[in-house]
Amino acid sequence: MTDTAPNDAGDDQPKARKRGFVASLELDMRLLGMIGAFIAIALVFNILTGGRFLTPRNVFNLTIQTVSVAIMATGMVFVIVTRHIDLSVGSLLATTSAVMAMLQTEWLLQIFGFSLGHPALAWLAILGGLFAGTLVGAVNGYLIGYLAIPAFIVTLGGLLIWRNVGWYLTNGQTIGPLDETFQMFGGISGTLGTTWSWVFAVVASVATLYALWSARRTKQGHGFPVKPLWAESTVGALIVAAIMGFIWLLTSYEIPQRVLERDFEARGEILPEGYTAAYGLPISVLLLILVALVMTIIARRTRLGRYIFATGGNPDAAELSGINTRLLTVKIFAIMGFLCALSAVVASARLSFHSNDIGTLDELRVIAAAVIGGTALSGGIGTIYGAILGALIMQSLQSGMAMVGVDAPFQNIVVGAVLILAVLIDIIYRKRTGDT
Amino acid sequence: MAKTPLVELNDISIAFGGVQAVDNVTVDLYPGEVVGLLGHNGAGKSTLIKCLSGAYRMDSGEIRINGERAEINNPRDARAYNIETIYQTLALADNLDAASNLFLGRELTTMTGLVDDGAMESETRKVMGRLNPYFQKFSSPVSALSGGQRQSVAIARAVYFNARILIMDEPTAALGPQETRMVADLIQELKKQNLGIFLIDHDVHQVKALCDRAAVMKNGKLVGVVKVDDVTTDDLLGMIIAGKSPEGVAA
Repeated sequence: MTDTAPNDAGDDQPKARKRGFVASLELDMRLLGMIGAFIAIALVFNILTGGRFLTPRNVFNLTIQTVSVAIMATGMVFVIVTRHIDLSVGSLLATTSAVMAMLQTEWLLQIFGFSLGHPALAWLAILGGLFAGTLVGAVNGYLIGYLAIPAFIVTLGGLLIWRNVGWYLTNGQTIGPLDETFQMFGGISGTLGTTWSWVFAVVASVATLYALWSARRTKQGHGFPVKPLWAESTVGALIVAAIMGFIWLLTSYEIPQRVLERDFEARGEILPEGYTAAYGLPISVLLLILVALVMTIIARRTRLGRYIFATGGNPDAAELSGINTRLLTVKIFAIMGFLCALSAVVASARLSFHSNDIGTLDELRVIAAAVIGGTALSGGIGTIYGAILGALIMQSLQSGMAMVGVDAPFQNIVVGAVLILAVLIDIIYRKRTGDT
Repeated sequence: MAKTPLVELNDISIAFGGVQAVDNVTVDLYPGEVVGLLGHNGAGKSTLIKCLSGAYRMDSGEIRINGERAEINNPRDARAYNIETIYQTLALADNLDAASNLFLGRELTTMTGLVDDGAMESETRKVMGRLNPYFQKFSSPVSALSGGQRQSVAIARAVYFNARILIMDEPTAALGPQETRMVADLIQELKKQNLGIFLIDHDVHQVKALCDRAAVMKNGKLVGVVKVDDVTTDDLLGMIIAGKSPEGVAA
């Protein structure tokens, strides 16, 4: 209790004057490492493809391809942080996708007498799918939390069960085309366009700066040390630049003239001479950003999140602190199920139909994304943004290699090797810095 | 002591598999009193006390707090009776910082229901300032702390929430002599505030120095409860090893 040697007292004290530029920014080094890895991958592929990798078109495609796995990966962070695993996410995605496809093409029509194209179809189908996903997740959580069946077994069983429940619901048929409103969540069929994309960029920038400012004010209010104002401003400027750059890239991807002509014809109009329009931010990506925001707030600023990390760090301590760890497990898996259903919306809307094999092997991609993103299987450690970056890195590798023309077997070999390497680097990094 | 006991543990029994870990044990605790629990490893001290802290559910027997029957089925119930426990293992989440650990399960929240890390860190700085003025690692996970610092976080957690009944399971096992003395001072101070303290310890000398009464257990059974001033350390050792009460000193 008093063994704290003088050196100890100095540890947290501002050594500000001696600190270098980078240290003063107080950035998360692991985050920087992952962004660095992503940029390196992007640059290498850009060179190998002769500049085709970093075109607005490819960046657009890359982001919409990442969304489905990334949404589930944020939920997998909670699952892995509490020392569980969920192998059933790909199958659950298929079942919820099947439920939503059946709802909007058959069941709702039979029950309410709607005709195809009714405006409520998509929303009711999504609601039904989200409910089904959450319910299945909660049941998984009950089996794991209250009946103490290992998560590995429950979700391994779930992998078989839900893949085939989806099959049964649709009789194995491919169902499509899906409702037009529903397809808006798929990516290319639903984008914000130039104006709204920039509106989003401005709102997001202002919100970021406000969040930084209010966090700083709270710290000052309690008399805690804050980083110098110039460092705070630099961080803010970097984030705003990243947001603006991203939106600029997406709004540079113009809708092809043929597509525009077709759209105007469908509305009985003629394409004006010299008219152009850009895709801008896809609604699916906006959805991912919202999920990331909400999940980060849950992780960092709610009791639920605090209990998730405490339970992952020391389950006994959490239990002794009065945390109901069983109910917590139910909540975590219910969130996971909800996010699977949300991913199912994006995945089936992107394809514009539901097929039997949708989401096959997604459980492995999702787990890999979370782990590449720094989530420790030993529990207690993981971040939402890390998992999303992990998903982005994996998708970049995959589509980059496809563009370069790497043979299919080698693509998976590389992705597998990267997964192992990422974990090795993380272990070495933690040893060096003394983080557990 | 004619007052009502703060805690009465009456005929507590608990078995694991075929092993009777605690067998019909009765102990009580008065306000402003320290009762030591002595015995070998596996004598049932920790198990008995975990029935009070809610970590285990007893098979039979009853717990009375202030003379009234208390239902303690889990740690939350125990906390509701102002029972705080410092576990031998400390029960800290290593990946969280000191403030998160101190308020674990009882977070301070803002008006919007989000956890208020600023307020919690501020409170933690205050309470740690009293207990361990040198402590500065408020933003590191507790895994980065020394044994003594971790212990002070665990103690801070127990005393911050106005405990009336404090259970200390070998609080000095991991500590050096100077830190041990700080714990002793703390116990004296808490006594003055009229807390009742159960102190589990191996060290007979420490029990004689810190406690008012000592309850000795062997093989899950209570050997006897004695006033420490009425017995010698040899008497206590005799109770622990041979399981025999010295004559004429039953408290």
